Amino acid sequence: MQETMIKRAKELLADGTVSRVIGWKKGEFAYDTTPAVFETAEELDRDFAFDDFTAANVSKYLVKESRKEGKILAFLKPCDTYSFNQLIKEHRVIRENVYIIGIPGGPKLDAEKIKAKGITGILGIKNENYTLKIETLYGTETMPFYEAICGKCESCKSKKHVIYDELIGEDGDILDSNRFDTVEKLENMTAQERFDFWREQLSKCIRCNACRNVCPACTCEKCVFDNPKSGIENKAASDSFEENLFHIIRAFHVAGRCTDCGECSRVCPQNIPLHLLNRKFIKDINELYGEYQAGADTVSRSPITDYTPDDCEPSVVHERGVE
Amino acid sequence: MQVNDNNFQPVIVAFCCNWCSYAGADLSGTNRLNYPTNVKIIRVPCSCRVNPMFILRAFQKGADGVIICGCHPGDCHYTSGNYYTRRRITLLYSMLDFLGIERNRTRLEWVSAAEGAKFAATMQQFTEDVRKLGPNRRLEDLRCRKQ
Amino acid sequence: MLKISVNKLDELFAAIAEKQTLYIPVDREVGIAEYKKWEKGMEMSKALNTVRSAKDFFFPQTENLVDFRKEGKNIEVIDIREESEDFVIFGVRACDARSFTILDKVFLVEPVDSYYKNRRDHGTVVTMACTRPAETCFCGVFGIDATEPEGDAVCYNDGENIFFKAHSEKGQKFIDSISSLLEEGDTSKLDEVQAKTREILKKLPLANLSTDSFGGDKLMENFNSDKWGELSQSCIGCGTCTFVCPTCQCYDIRDFDTGHGIKRFRCWDSCMYSEFTRMAHGNNRNSQLERFRQRFMHKLVYFPSNNNGEFGCVGCGRCLSKCPISMNIVKVMKALEVK
Repeated sequence: MQETMIKRAKELLADGTVSRVIGWKKGEFAYDTTPAVFETAEELDRDFAFDDFTAANVSKYLVKESRKEGKILAFLKPCDTYSFNQLIKEHRVIRENVYIIGIPGGPKLDAEKIKAKGITGILGIKNENYTLKIETLYGTETMPFYEAICGKCESCKSKKHVIYDELIGEDGDILDSNRFDTVEKLENMTAQERFDFWREQLSKCIRCNACRNVCPACTCEKCVFDNPKSGIENKAASDSFEENLFHIIRAFHVAGRCTDCGECSRVCPQNIPLHLLNRKFIKDINELYGEYQAGADTVSRSPITDYTPDDCEPSVVHERGVE
Repeated sequence: MQVNDNNFQPVIVAFCCNWCSYAGADLSGTNRLNYPTNVKIIRVPCSCRVNPMFILRAFQKGADGVIICGCHPGDCHYTSGNYYTRRRITLLYSMLDFLGIERNRTRLEWVSAAEGAKFAATMQQFTEDVRKLGPNRRLEDLRCRKQ
Repeated sequence: MLKISVNKLDELFAAIAEKQTLYIPVDREVGIAEYKKWEKGMEMSKALNTVRSAKDFFFPQTENLVDFRKEGKNIEVIDIREESEDFVIFGVRACDARSFTILDKVFLVEPVDSYYKNRRDHGTVVTMACTRPAETCFCGVFGIDATEPEGDAVCYNDGENIFFKAHSEKGQKFIDSISSLLEEGDTSKLDEVQAKTREILKKLPLANLSTDSFGGDKLMENFNSDKWGELSQSCIGCGTCTFVCPTCQCYDIRDFDTGHGIKRFRCWDSCMYSEFTRMAHGNNRNSQLERFRQRFMHKLVYFPSNNNGEFGCVGCGRCLSKCPISMNIVKVMKALEVK
């Protein structure tokens, strides 16, 4: 796959279709690829990587990159194409300046999950028939491939590319995922249990803002949490209230726009399941206002900037489920 | 968490739209109808002006319950503002519920300029409901608690 | 050397906790180790290191400095400082132990930070020699020996026993306070373990990282390097690296209006944030490139320039494993290296 991608990227660079390529760059170890922009064939040959660890969604970089001179080639996985579509809808990227090649999606791996097994000193990772063979300083270890996959890939919603100029490999289908299971489980708890669950999770937050900054839907020029004049700017949560405030508002601001790409939870250094907050909004929107998938198209109105005269009253919240 | 019911005086913040609910509050006043002094009214141009942040900040600064009042659906002075309010606030309340915040601390009511009696009754009922819940602890900023 | 069997760790912790508050690294959940106040039944984490560094003990993420109360036209200033209680942090790694000496150079020089000093004076750091360094470790590059950590007292684990050695008066006091549980032990197995670990340390993939291109005297060539653009292009501007870093020491001081008074607090700040060191004239680092460069220049050039050549990094490897896009100090050092 990686060779095919490099070959095609070089062709497009050579014939002048694009002047830059955004993809992933090899790291120091077997697992630390970094999103990167390539400008020459030599750079591509030397550094370009596409493997089990290229989980990062590069769509958000295109907000800036598509405003630079010349066209850029972007390799997008199915989930990344949803984010890109949503950015088109919000006029955040210039579509004409991006040449999209759809590439197959995951499941991608999460090195943290391998390390959590106590495997350390990792020198190399090979996938042999869905068993990971991990070369370490302390000998060779093995673990099942599926135990190391990214949280976001565990409940993949779609293998279909919703936007592309060309595809490498076959296009897939929208999947029947179980992505709302955990949300449902939480909904069925008592209010006290839910409160305790989120207090335990959100109290881990170190306010690094990685969830916000990585989010392809968070593209405000100036976030309200960074604005000293907003009255709620804070660099660290000084009180449990501020932890709640940040995460409620973060999730609310992307409600109806979140494509459920799962980057927020992937990057959280404290493993907070932030995507559950976003999914709660998605689930509510689906149930109350009709099925809606952000990023599936570039024209439909987001449910939060839309209404019908016979929408339900907020009291539905009070009437359903347990408290 | 339940404090002595008789002594606890909840702080209720009511966001009222300028065109209907605020006038409704006015009417209940001119009609000499009583509603609890716990209610602190904040006038907004339209219920749609209420940013979710306002609600959370009210809780932070000591509110025990937050109620939003706007024109009846279809009667918005700006045609559709309250329809947006309805969706937005439904989702926010649902999220607060998801985080384990007591449901009865938040409410949305449609009160027209002619419904002075409904305004007073709503406020009485809501204050009573919040009083039963006791002080807001789950969405409280400890630094703001009065010693 | 004095030792205790690993099976008697619980007894040891109970004995320490009886006299002062004890913090040990525990697994909060799979893969997330953190320091927690020891309570009966708690098990020490087997993880190499905690996600958040140990700097929190002396330099917490947020702390209240002073309160103000206004009555009429008078503003009352309320000093809320309290003498810290004595506490022990057990199981600190060599990298984090060194980070304390780096923080000391910032907070304990004139004017001394009394909040920091208060906690530093009351804390006893008991370190634990490493036996299973990870691929992300590169403390050796900064002259740290993971098998011989600094700290008030050091522990060595040979798999069966834990050996103790004091480095300071405080450390000696600590060992004396638990001496009834300790006995003299033979260190031959420990020597083997230590030798084996040293072999591993030599074989670490980052063991040969060079610091020759950095230091206080290499200011202009590094600052003006044309590599910064490429290095910073994928940085998303979050503060993960700064907040998990044991040596990042920048903070911000702000006032919080409680509705009935003002609380002046300080909290960690990150050079990756847009509002970092914003002044009356505006912001002096407007692009992510400048902010990104600030972080690494601080660790590799500015800090050594002010501190006799000592680098502001201890090679703990936290930023290597936690950066959302895997850009880190090692990649920066390799890119800027003059061959």
